[in-house]
Amino acid sequence: MSEKIKEYPGHPLKAEDFKEGKVLTTKWRPNAKYAWSAGIAVSRFLKELKNGRIIARKCNKCGRIMVPPRMFCEWCFKPTDEWVYVKDTGRIITYSISYISAERGRLEKPMVVAVIEIDGASKNMGILHKVEGVDIEEAKDGKLFGMRVKAVWKPPEEREGAITDILYFKPLEEEG
Amino acid sequence: MIKNRVAVVGAGMTLFRRRMLETGREMCWEAAKMALDSAGLTLKDIDCVVLGTAPDAFDGLHMKGEYLLDGAGAWRKPYVRVYVGGGTGVFVPIAGWWHVASGLFDTCLVIGEEKMSPCHPHPQYAFSTIWDPILTRPLEPNLIWIFALEMHRYMHKYGIKKEDIALVAVKNKKNALDHPCAQIPAKITVEDVLNSEVLVWPVQRLDISPVSDGAAAVVLCSEDVAKKVTDSPVWIDGVGWCLDSTYWTNRELAYPKYVEYAARMAYKMAGIHNPPKEIDVAEVYDPFDYKELHHMEGLQLARKGEAPKLTKEGVTERDGDLPINPSGGLLGVGNPIAAAGMMKVCEIFWQLRGEAGKRQVPDARTGLAQAWGDLMQVGTVIIMRS
Repeated sequence: MSEKIKEYPGHPLKAEDFKEGKVLTTKWRPNAKYAWSAGIAVSRFLKELKNGRIIARKCNKCGRIMVPPRMFCEWCFKPTDEWVYVKDTGRIITYSISYISAERGRLEKPMVVAVIEIDGASKNMGILHKVEGVDIEEAKDGKLFGMRVKAVWKPPEEREGAITDILYFKPLEEEG
Repeated sequence: MIKNRVAVVGAGMTLFRRRMLETGREMCWEAAKMALDSAGLTLKDIDCVVLGTAPDAFDGLHMKGEYLLDGAGAWRKPYVRVYVGGGTGVFVPIAGWWHVASGLFDTCLVIGEEKMSPCHPHPQYAFSTIWDPILTRPLEPNLIWIFALEMHRYMHKYGIKKEDIALVAVKNKKNALDHPCAQIPAKITVEDVLNSEVLVWPVQRLDISPVSDGAAAVVLCSEDVAKKVTDSPVWIDGVGWCLDSTYWTNRELAYPKYVEYAARMAYKMAGIHNPPKEIDVAEVYDPFDYKELHHMEGLQLARKGEAPKLTKEGVTERDGDLPINPSGGLLGVGNPIAAAGMMKVCEIFWQLRGEAGKRQVPDARTGLAQAWGDLMQVGTVIIMRS
């Protein structure tokens, strides 16, 4: 703001002004429904999730094995060349601990979400997912960086071809 | 290639507040009017209008550019809305710049507007619409997840502590005490930040900028017009922008390469070879405290991992060698997204004109404003000189 200006436009309101009806409002709640087709690459990816496997796509020019898979390489801008099964294990490259829901309400139990670099895919090829079975205090201390984790799958009959067919990832050491 | 050197000759903004009685149109009008008045121009002098505003989901109003048109002074004029998420605020004057630099127009009114308050009770859920619908949305993400993921990666890669990052929030909220339009100026301590509500670790309540309503505007013109209307034009000498891949889980988050590319484009155009020496004042995008540090590094104002050290040494204070966010930034003045980036451009204008009053950085001749956003993938940079 310039020191030459002495009056600043705007009339602030408080949350109570809305609750107590002191401000005239018109309300509307959208009721739109969507169904997204998953596309060529991700449809195959989702079908494989239903089979309990993670599949990637490889570009033979730059050599990258990409998860999530795509039918084109955005670097080389050419079609990708082949499907490659990768593992359902990986390494946490970054993570956070959520204490709030998508709507901003407090969660009863904090939840760890992470970017997991998938074994068999190229460096930095991660997917976003949840991590369970870790100590929250250790997580706050930064102890989960580099941690090896493995997917925990829904039972086969409950899978529907969705990213949530993986329930979460858990530390690999716990494998019995 | 560039036919006109482009000057900023006026700027204006509304108060930034959590909720405003004014509609988006009315806020645009207020900011535009102040910018035109300060330039000594009227709408008749304006050849074209460029407006920026962020996701339509906040307002629940599609065709937002058209809805705002009348308040933006665009009636029966060449008009366009531009949008690159949180990067929009600095992208609007860049788009305004090319309208004039190309020689197509002599004058351009540039406006950034945001009204986040209509989405009740909190605009957080409106952000759900930014996620990949198939691979991300089923995980029910909160917007703050991704910034916490980026902040944590940055901390891990360079061994940065939360208390070092919190210094940015302390500085910016303090700077905002001198900004008459600021929403949440405050005198706080590092302990206050570290004791504030944990939202998504490592992000806490005081690490983050607020939800806001507001608008800000500038008037751009060609050199010929500038010489007629003012003795103190501020020149736009460099612009740059760049977007990285939307596959944000497929790249290193500790360093914003796309911000570096945007900055290099702008520095090259402005003939800047040593940014920390040649930039006198910078308004760096700070929706979170760590972002100021992350961006200083991307902008080549600090070496990788070293921005916290400069902050600790006081280099980025208003009286330091490299003042960053003398306005108070988004952390102090507020974050009406597209208007917030424009507020930064306005601040550099007032700083370079010597009109910033209590916020004035001494001897500021060259300034930089930067914004950032989308899925952590866009950098927009502008270099201005008096």
